[in-house]
Amino acid sequence: MVSMLRKQEELLSKIASGNGHGENCPYFDGWKAYETDPYHPTENPNGVIQMGLAENQLCFDLVQDWLLSNPEASICTAEGVNYFRDIAIFQDYHGLPKFRNAVANFMAKVRGNKVKYDPDRIVMSGGATGAHETVAFCLADPGEAFLVPTPYYPGFDRDLRWRTGVQLVPVVCDSSNNFEITREAVEAAYEKAQEDNIRIKGLLLTNPSNPLGTYLDRETLRSLVSFINEKNIHLVCDEIYAATVFMGQHDFISISEIIEEDIHCNRNLIHIVYSLSKDMGFPGFRVGIIYSYNDKVVSCARKMSSFGLVSSQTQHLIASMLSDDEFIDRFITESAKRLAERHRDFTWGLSQMGIGCLKSNAGLFFWMDLHHLLKEQTYDGEMELWKVIINEVKLNVSPGSSFHCANPGWFRVCFANMDDETMNIALSRIRSFMSKNKEAKMPVKKLCWQRSLRLSTSFRRLDDIMSSPCMSPQSPLVRART
Amino acid sequence: MKLLSRKATCNSHGQDSSYFLGWQEYEKNPYDEVKNPKGIIQMGLAENQLSFDLLESWLAKNPDAAGFKKDGQSIFRELALFQDYHGLPAFKQALVDFMSEIRGNKVTFDPSNLVLTAGATSANETLVFCLAEPGEAFLLPTPYYPGFDRDLKWRTGVEIVPIHCTSSNGFQITETTLEEAYQLAQKRNLKVKGVLVTNPSNPLGTTMSRTELNLLVNFISAKNIHLISDEIYSGTVFSSPGFISIMEILKERSFEDTEVWNRVHIVYSLSKDLGLPGFRVGAIYSNDDMVVAAATKMSSFGLVSSQTQYLLSAMLSDKKFTKNYISENQKRLKQRHKKLVSGLEKAGISCLKSNAGLFCWVDMRHLLSSNTFEAEIELWKKIVYDVKLNISPGSSCHCTEPGWFRVCFANMSEETLKLSMQRLKAFVDSTTKTSQTNHQSIENSRRKSLPKWVFRLSFDDRETVHGER
Repeated sequence: MVSMLRKQEELLSKIASGNGHGENCPYFDGWKAYETDPYHPTENPNGVIQMGLAENQLCFDLVQDWLLSNPEASICTAEGVNYFRDIAIFQDYHGLPKFRNAVANFMAKVRGNKVKYDPDRIVMSGGATGAHETVAFCLADPGEAFLVPTPYYPGFDRDLRWRTGVQLVPVVCDSSNNFEITREAVEAAYEKAQEDNIRIKGLLLTNPSNPLGTYLDRETLRSLVSFINEKNIHLVCDEIYAATVFMGQHDFISISEIIEEDIHCNRNLIHIVYSLSKDMGFPGFRVGIIYSYNDKVVSCARKMSSFGLVSSQTQHLIASMLSDDEFIDRFITESAKRLAERHRDFTWGLSQMGIGCLKSNAGLFFWMDLHHLLKEQTYDGEMELWKVIINEVKLNVSPGSSFHCANPGWFRVCFANMDDETMNIALSRIRSFMSKNKEAKMPVKKLCWQRSLRLSTSFRRLDDIMSSPCMSPQSPLVRART
Repeated sequence: MKLLSRKATCNSHGQDSSYFLGWQEYEKNPYDEVKNPKGIIQMGLAENQLSFDLLESWLAKNPDAAGFKKDGQSIFRELALFQDYHGLPAFKQALVDFMSEIRGNKVTFDPSNLVLTAGATSANETLVFCLAEPGEAFLLPTPYYPGFDRDLKWRTGVEIVPIHCTSSNGFQITETTLEEAYQLAQKRNLKVKGVLVTNPSNPLGTTMSRTELNLLVNFISAKNIHLISDEIYSGTVFSSPGFISIMEILKERSFEDTEVWNRVHIVYSLSKDLGLPGFRVGAIYSNDDMVVAAATKMSSFGLVSSQTQYLLSAMLSDKKFTKNYISENQKRLKQRHKKLVSGLEKAGISCLKSNAGLFCWVDMRHLLSSNTFEAEIELWKKIVYDVKLNISPGSSCHCTEPGWFRVCFANMSEETLKLSMQRLKAFVDSTTKTSQTNHQSIENSRRKSLPKWVFRLSFDDRETVHGER
């Protein structure tokens, strides 16, 4: 049996038979718990509430109304079917011009029209997932590396490394200064990589940040731009959450703005990854965008986009929607408003229970601080608490270690993928858990856990966390219910 | 330190190719019946434009699928959120049923063994990532679709070693040619991981015979390697001998649950059969759980838009529609193929006898000034610039014999096809009248001088046309 398995594995590539996809992780237990026992207001009111999914579900009503008023945006309706033929055969990897124009227009609007985007630099990809992989393929050879500030989106371990052979080197950010990205930390990471003979090809930023929900200030951005210019390395900015800034929208600074101001910046080093999955709430439509200021990268990425073009049917729909200026202005404002309200209600509710979060003004989640609830200030302590949250409090939240966070005890909690009632239920569950906790210290009893779920409970140092290709539970694991 | 990766700066994407010239020329001067009747007619694009009316009438009768609705209720939200890489179950079921139907229901497919990808382009790349390490190789019969040079090799680092097929036996695969290719790989120190065939063939337009299929099964069994069968044109088979899927052969020979069963993988897409290349619907079908698992995870890099999955699940679940579509589409392809063949005959040009695909494999060896690839390119340029037809030269498909061209027939109206044949006939008539020595003056007066790359053309570093098949 073993030898047959080995033989089977030898027939496949190392990529296929290894763990580079990052899904063989203990964190999946949270997802399994959710999948086997998902919350439903009437059918399963005691089920696990999904708070590990960074989705934006707050504004579908606006989009639906728009669709009803714009039947020609679909190539299948009576109003739109004359487009069907031309759209169905359109597979040009440049993308529909009206699609690129609309996306460029939308990206500018989201940034308060402080910057303009050139539609000819817009390259399609299979979601931001595809965009990141493609950018890595364009900028780095196997064995080379990108610097990534921690905590970061676990999917990067797969997207940037799995099939590309590229490495990730963490820039450690600490809770002591609100996880700010300091020049010192970046330099230190860069130097260490040099010592270890790892060639750094670029720095990857997610701005606004996942999981922090904060955006970078002008000073930090400028400092990072000067750093990458000094070292002649690339800067890849994932701005996937740009329109989720719900407070101080006008203060969000895109990398595009920084380079407009900085005439000395080598634009060939600057690249943006974008998508409609978060801002519009359309992860299913797979609209990923690479925007590079480097002509060669645009050209190469465009050729690679053949591996993940956006469905022309979707391009047509998005082109119509995002060119409707009145709708888009309204959407952006209303979305920010609803996100702000939801965020405020949730974080206020938590503060009443003595639970604090990192002060944030963007994203579809907040970064919750539960380190005071840990039995011990270690990753094991965090995992133990996490299991309690899943099994007893029945909330699937994402533990900070899955984001390679340097400090144990932080959890990412998503708030935009549910309605108000569900949010209130989640809060009440946390409330009862907290009041139970006040009465006794963290229970010492062994946590009841299904034997069939193998969990790694050995002590894992920061290095282990950094080096293991582990993905936090992300939506691909969610089985279809339709 | 160099700024970009090797992949970004090399040209294994295959698009620096000389053949781009034909495309560029077409784009500069595209034929239009009304606006540009003297423009270049596009015959290098393997698209199926013959049956859109059938799709459009289905849409008219099915407003729910059109409007993100199910049973009158909006499911927009669910679709917008649906990014599960396992795919929409209803769509996968409908797709495997469709695949079965195309194969006369002689084989059935399990939807849980199907992986959805962004087009066959992504399916092929993904499979190679799953089956081979950088530096290993796949054997491919020539001539083959030029896009494979990009799809199978570029980012994967895998090599292609040709199985040389010739016109002496209708370009069929033989035991000898298979073995020779394998030996060639050994000589080049390349570990062979599998064979990839396109059945029906692009560019030949023929279905593989039972003999060839059995040969392949024997070969991969003996060598302990994989077989990828790209069956993207399976629904375009319009006449006998009919399509035999590799799965049918395996079933006939009771190979289920053997190791060989697990090493045969199918690639499919709706770009050719349904004429929907813009929708990016590709699929990998494998009996090997590990391949399915790995490919499913990799599909994250190129999922099919949920909007598209939903539309097509409704369409393909309509069995009345699919039955009618498959047969009507084949009828039209057959008719159109006949028109091309007879038009070519009138010009004294023959082509390989074919029963599938959206193109013919045309024999213009008798029009070459010499039996060389340089002469083929010369002829090709004349056809592009003077005759104003963009057709694909055999060398772009790695054909070993100069003088063959792939000519598409399903991406234009009947009138346009007629016109293209008239132009071709006029050209042939004029060249047979003009003596060989005069062709120099035509060259000088109208065309750019042949750039150096023409003379550097060698079989091994042949580069290819981008994109569309």
